[in-house]
Amino acid sequence: MTDRIEKRIELHAPISRVWRALTDYGEFGEWFRVKLDGPFTAGQVSTGHMTYPGYEHVKWEAIIEKMEPERLFSFTWPHPKSFDRATYTGDNSGAPRTLVEFRLEKTHNGTLLTLTESGFDQLPGDLRLEAFRRNEGGWTEQMKNIENYVTKNPQ
Amino acid sequence: MSPRTRSSVAAQRRAHASVFSALGDDTRLALIAHLANGLPCSISELTRDSRVTRQAISKHLRVLETVGMVRSVRHGREHRFEFRPHSIDEAKRYLEFVSAQWDEALGRLKSFVEK
Repeated sequence: MTDRIEKRIELHAPISRVWRALTDYGEFGEWFRVKLDGPFTAGQVSTGHMTYPGYEHVKWEAIIEKMEPERLFSFTWPHPKSFDRATYTGDNSGAPRTLVEFRLEKTHNGTLLTLTESGFDQLPGDLRLEAFRRNEGGWTEQMKNIENYVTKNPQ
Repeated sequence: MSPRTRSSVAAQRRAHASVFSALGDDTRLALIAHLANGLPCSISELTRDSRVTRQAISKHLRVLETVGMVRSVRHGREHRFEFRPHSIDEAKRYLEFVSAQWDEALGRLKSFVEK
């Protein structure tokens, strides 16, 4: 079984533009749907909270690993047992963490972004992930709302 | 945190040992492959087909049992082990869930930088 997620996407925007969208905390918050307390700094904890409708109670708590301009942005983040409002504790101290890496490469048309999230072998294999399954329908619904919003409100 | 709380957290962490790491071992993968046909097997049966000692097989089965991938069932005087496919479904589903979230987030990033 795979221990990682990998996505590649070509963005029709210059690498400098993509780098800013990833590492400027205000811009990151816009598309990721999170309100961050302050700028990203390598080696520092980044805090905030999700702005996802219905998930505002979920904390953002990442540790910024690497910021190599226009090349690599990475952080680790926790995977709590549940995002369910009723059972979400906000205590990430015992939660397993995965590593998220955004790698950028210049292409003819813009920028190739490779996202990897790895370290899933740290995650619990027990059956307490039910909450995610229950929420799946809800999330999909929210994703659509947000896409609609973004399409209707280009800044 | 009191020592007692700490040890209970540690116990919890152990109990949550992962399906993913349980599968990151050739002997355990072979055991699962063997049990995946649905027939419960005894340790002797599982050891017969393996180059690994009975003791090692027993240890690996305990790991798989801890993460809920196999279950020990009593059959007369001996214990047999059976595969629980549900355990892998959960782990796979979670990975799919996270993967779908990234698809959506990267889609938003794309519209964000391309407008």
